Amino acid sequence: MNLRRILALVKKDLKKTHREPAVLFLLIIFPVVLTFVFGLAFGGIGGGTTTSFEVGLLNLDATSPQADWSFAFVDNLTESDIFVIHGYDDNTTGQSALLQGDLDAFIVIPGGFGESIVSYYSSPVDPSAWTNTTIGLYVDSGSLMAVSAVPPLVLEVLMKTIFGSEAMTIGLPIEIGSPALVESSTFTQWDFMAPGIFAFAAIFLTMIVAQSMTYERDEGLLKRMRTTPVSSADYMVSQTLTYMIIAVIQVALVMASAFMIGYRPATGPAGIAFTFIIALAFSLVAVGFGLISAAISKSAEVSTGVSFAFIMPQMFFGTFMPLGGATEIIGKFMPSKYITDALTTLFLRGAPITTPIIWFDLAVVSVVGFLLVAVGIILFERYGYR
Amino acid sequence: MSESAITITNLTKRFGDITAIDSLSLEIGWGELFGILGPNGAGKSTTINILNTLLEPTEGSATIDGHDVIFDPEGVREVIGVCPQKPAFYPHLTGEENITLMGEMYLMPKNVLKERVTTMVERIDMEGYIRRRAKEYSGGMIRKVSMLMALISDPKIALLDEPTVAMDPQSRRAVWDFIRELKEQGKAIILTTHYMEEAQELCDRVAIIDEGKLIALGSPADLMKKHQTRNLEEVFLKLTGKKLREAV
Repeated sequence: MNLRRILALVKKDLKKTHREPAVLFLLIIFPVVLTFVFGLAFGGIGGGTTTSFEVGLLNLDATSPQADWSFAFVDNLTESDIFVIHGYDDNTTGQSALLQGDLDAFIVIPGGFGESIVSYYSSPVDPSAWTNTTIGLYVDSGSLMAVSAVPPLVLEVLMKTIFGSEAMTIGLPIEIGSPALVESSTFTQWDFMAPGIFAFAAIFLTMIVAQSMTYERDEGLLKRMRTTPVSSADYMVSQTLTYMIIAVIQVALVMASAFMIGYRPATGPAGIAFTFIIALAFSLVAVGFGLISAAISKSAEVSTGVSFAFIMPQMFFGTFMPLGGATEIIGKFMPSKYITDALTTLFLRGAPITTPIIWFDLAVVSVVGFLLVAVGIILFERYGYR
Repeated sequence: MSESAITITNLTKRFGDITAIDSLSLEIGWGELFGILGPNGAGKSTTINILNTLLEPTEGSATIDGHDVIFDPEGVREVIGVCPQKPAFYPHLTGEENITLMGEMYLMPKNVLKERVTTMVERIDMEGYIRRRAKEYSGGMIRKVSMLMALISDPKIALLDEPTVAMDPQSRRAVWDFIRELKEQGKAIILTTHYMEEAQELCDRVAIIDEGKLIALGSPADLMKKHQTRNLEEVFLKLTGKKLREAV
């Protein structure tokens, strides 16, 4: 291998990238536009503002002798900055409003709610003497934020209603830490999505690598290069380096764009540096998939379609799309999921850079990246020069 | 420097049941401009592609400046310059960038490379458009750039596969002069062409091959004399027939 040849080829590829409008758009402009659009749509300029939830309320205990408790609960919900309460007279209307997206959640205070609390105070240490009831809580399953944040917030209000404002200061031998999700009341939906944007931006490198390699093959450029002293290693290393550089540029642009619209990740310079490192590792994944796509594609046009077979699963199961159940399991096989998870841990949870899980995520992305590049090179050497 | 620039011995290339080259043997000296002529599918490009290490022969051998094309392809690539039949260039780079890139592949010193690019561009009358993106070039311009990409490294041996296709007469004459200069510098040049007048004008010797077999070898003058014709085209038609051939 020769560094000068590699650098000359990298320079050639970077020139090619910034002079081709479609490639420039997909790799550089698209991630920036995406960041602005999603950031503004789901976070708003100067994000971090308090989110409020539209909550419907049906009080079935309003006429009972112990109705004061349910009124107190409603008052506490209403006083909260987080909930905007709308009263409903029947279950059907409230459920309908929830289904139509007019509400983020619908709460039904059951009959006997007050009696339950009274029974608790009558025999606080004898659960068999309590009159148990259940609050109906229906959350908009289409809202990631509502699903995540509303249940613990309602629980917190309920605790305040039962135990008063000093609820959390009652001395107990066992302490329950404040659930982290309660703090999500100051997050916007964009805060949950932002970590996924970094993986999302880099995913499309796969398509560009595949198109570039097949184009150079179809146009006889690879053959021409093979009649010069350039080795295959020189060429492959140059391709990989080029797209690693582009990945770094993408991260820088997405980060800058996100900052411009007010996004402030809960991490410091070390976390930002980690973002660049894991993006570099992820660029290997993209190059590997790109080489594999190019190796099995007969033309540049075909390679676009083939590359999407690698892009789409990663996009749906490894970026900012909400996962659960089976999709969560599928996501574990997507390299993009690990970069998103690592950045979520840093940006959203505010975990320190020493947190083992983010280094595990980096290791997974790196190992998979190197393996994919190796497989891609082998396949391309074997089938790609046809 | 080896005694012969290029030595081809019993070279055979088969693609399945098709024999593209059949026991071809040739020897080409330094300072010789050698033409390979033949109808479409005769085996001209296959021969060039074996010499430039893109294809391996089925049988036989070939050496370029003493480097065996099978056992020392890296050595071969160091001494050859290849102008492919289909011009291969990066459309988003300028002509100058395309040529310079090829020079970088041969690790030419930067100042030498820059100077040589300037000299060659002037020599072939391309100063006016060399800094434009190659995708804006006409077919003739692209051919010129493609040839300079092949020759920028100042190779000892040039393999030119139909380098003047789609060129206007002025450009073709300029390229001819350029090729003659290369020959005068002592380089060995293999030229394939469908233009018989080009081969007659430029080549010291020509080989006419048909269906992979060598059917005539000699200087254009000798071949015309031997076959009692007025020009090389008549020799070619006399030996290969006038029936239309399909390109393979």
